[in-house]
Amino acid sequence: MTMNTSFLSLPNGAAAPIADLPVLPFEEFRTQLIHAVGKDGLRVSSFFAIPALDRPGDFELIAVLADDNAHLLRLAASRIANSYPALSADCPAFHWFEREITENTGLVCENHPWPKPIRFIRPKSGANEVLPGVTDYLQIEDEAAHEVAVGPVHAGVIEPGHFRFQCLGEEVIFLEISLGYQHRGIEKMLVGGPDVRSAHFMECVAGDSSIASAWCYSRLLAALSPTYQASPAAELWRGIALEFERSANHTGDLGALAGDVAFLPTQSYCGRLRGEYLNMTAALCGNRFGRGYVLPGGLRYLADSKKIAELQSWRKRTYAEVRNALDLFFNTPSVLDRFEATGVLTPADAAAVGIVGIAGRASGLNNDIRVSHPYGPYADRPLPVCVEGSGDALARAKVRSRELDASNQWLDEALAAADALSADEQMSALSSQHAPAESLAPSMIAVSLQETWRGELCHVALTDSHGRFRHYKIVDPSFHNWYGLALALRGEQISHFPICNKSFNLSYCGHDL
Amino acid sequence: MMYKVNHGGWLVMFLASLLLAPLLYGIINKVKAFFAGRRGPRLLQVYYDIIKLSRKAGIFSRTTSGVLQLAPIVSLVAVLMAMLFIPAGLFRSPLAFAGDVIFFCYLLGLSRMLTILAAMDTGSSFAGMGSSREAHFSMLAEAVLFAIIIFLAIVARSICLSNLLSALSLVTPGISSPAILLVAGAFFVVILLENCRLPFDDPETHLELTMIHEAMILDYAGPELGMIHYTASLKLWSFCSLLALLILPERVGGTLTGVLVYLTLIMAFAAAIGVVESIMARYRFLKVPHLVIGSLAAVLTAVSLLIFF
Repeated sequence: MTMNTSFLSLPNGAAAPIADLPVLPFEEFRTQLIHAVGKDGLRVSSFFAIPALDRPGDFELIAVLADDNAHLLRLAASRIANSYPALSADCPAFHWFEREITENTGLVCENHPWPKPIRFIRPKSGANEVLPGVTDYLQIEDEAAHEVAVGPVHAGVIEPGHFRFQCLGEEVIFLEISLGYQHRGIEKMLVGGPDVRSAHFMECVAGDSSIASAWCYSRLLAALSPTYQASPAAELWRGIALEFERSANHTGDLGALAGDVAFLPTQSYCGRLRGEYLNMTAALCGNRFGRGYVLPGGLRYLADSKKIAELQSWRKRTYAEVRNALDLFFNTPSVLDRFEATGVLTPADAAAVGIVGIAGRASGLNNDIRVSHPYGPYADRPLPVCVEGSGDALARAKVRSRELDASNQWLDEALAAADALSADEQMSALSSQHAPAESLAPSMIAVSLQETWRGELCHVALTDSHGRFRHYKIVDPSFHNWYGLALALRGEQISHFPICNKSFNLSYCGHDL
Repeated sequence: MMYKVNHGGWLVMFLASLLLAPLLYGIINKVKAFFAGRRGPRLLQVYYDIIKLSRKAGIFSRTTSGVLQLAPIVSLVAVLMAMLFIPAGLFRSPLAFAGDVIFFCYLLGLSRMLTILAAMDTGSSFAGMGSSREAHFSMLAEAVLFAIIIFLAIVARSICLSNLLSALSLVTPGISSPAILLVAGAFFVVILLENCRLPFDDPETHLELTMIHEAMILDYAGPELGMIHYTASLKLWSFCSLLALLILPERVGGTLTGVLVYLTLIMAFAAAIGVVESIMARYRFLKVPHLVIGSLAAVLTAVSLLIFF
């Protein structure tokens, strides 16, 4: 392939000296990226700008592309100042990233189709106060059109986000999603780290993906320092915890989907059964969301064979009940009717804007980091990729249901393997790294990908000459997918928004960081 | 072919209706809880809720006119007035007159109109969507209701509610029973639609964008909200009671037996609503007219069975 010279290739969870990162002239950088994403089918995992070290006012643009076929990540960089011709104009997958770049750095993306902040972070100049949601929304100028504003305070117990619908009667012409209410400045707080708080920040990126997030961070640290290398036993247990997390969320989502169409039985049973999976996680580490379980270098707690046997039978029991509730869901005509052809995100649109995870697979995109960029226990025990083609809410429900089956099967084998570990191997899983000890390798760039229950999570870290984080970039799956939800709503009935929203079930805080 | 004339008995039944109406929601909720594997709220919870709300102070948005405050009262009074014409407990209504069924329907219509106006008064986009849906679907429901009245009027040769309902039962000789079943089935659909139950509306949802009736009353609190809940339960009681009277003959055993069968049947319909809500999902709005127009077709079929066979 032609990209070999222009890109630095890394496997998932690896690091390289920043000096090895090719810095291309901008025109070539732009052409190469657009070609790789638009033509060769690579996906944009991360795209951000950081201030150049040697010249104030200059920025380095860094792109991380996922090459699913080669199981590699392709990295490239370029130098710019003040402004550059937007990539989004030719390749929609960069759209959200470039809006973020403008917001974070003040760089102007020329000819960007929609250069609007995505989080409404207060600008450094402090001239005008910028508040989330306070903006000019795209409007239809027509007497028959009406506007519906929902949020940021919602009727359910969910996170804040503002949705602005432009409608003709019941039909949604356009939905604009305005986020930023959950911005905490996590990326900024990580700079200068790692320190004692870093791992905890990670677990708070999106609370329902605590394990995936902490694991992603741990693997990134392992790439930067041998101190943080985790044993295979630790990786196996992290995988087990992650599949519990996935099962809990998929079960909860399917129950909530049933609730949105007022289908009582599945709603009630799944609501309870989600708790069973959370309690299994709690049995591992004392926290239902797995907080504090995954540490850089290993785990905080071990499980003996008595606990493993308990988890095995508990899991089997729970899964049988989940399957039962889901069979009812998928065999009730009135339920299927609500989800079929509702909130369709076409495969072409999904690929163009770079949708990941469940939503991507429901729209026919064959991407699952556990398979395309395998790591830890997933390399030894591959899982099937659950792809559906119709891109509607039913497909997103089916992907979840099939992934529950796959996770259950995987957990069965993984727990058996964990039981077969010797005492020494078990002990090797324990981490002594309660506080980060020494510095990381200096002047490196490291990338780590994870398949959270929602989709691809990408962490990129650059270290400075002292081995501290110079920049830490997190791309949560929700960052890729919010725009997909907006697309799925076009031409849809406004009363279907809750179903569409729930079928994506994106994180507000994961996006806002 | 006529209900007993017993004004004392009718008055007792009328007052009992006012007292027992909220119990229907308790029954529905208990049935749903049973299907969901829960214990559910207490049978009398709706009473407690109404009492609690009635002891609060009302609160109204400053951007509204008086319609918002007026609507719950007019709505309640309209439904109460409509109930005066129901031959409760198989006793002929003392107020019955020729054409009272039209009055009955339009009193309910008045109640709805006020609710819709009040919702639009708030200026909220949710309430606006709710009103538009309510107006659309109730228009369809009205067609079914009047088709049923036409069917009954042909049998009874009268347009007085007490006569209409007494003229027919599931076992009336000379009337084809499929026709009666079709009418009763269609009426059950009307009950679900008129009372905002599944599969048309989900009274439990918190999702404003999917609401019909709930979206219209989002701006109410305190005694007005309590009044709306109570009116809704009276309306549900009235419709269930009409269906009970429709399928019961004009005499069922002695007076007491008749009253007990009548009350039991009303409770049974509430339980049936609970079962429907437990085993199926809500329809998408675009499918609602299909079911309603299907019911209309069923009634018209019944009418033609009546005329031609």
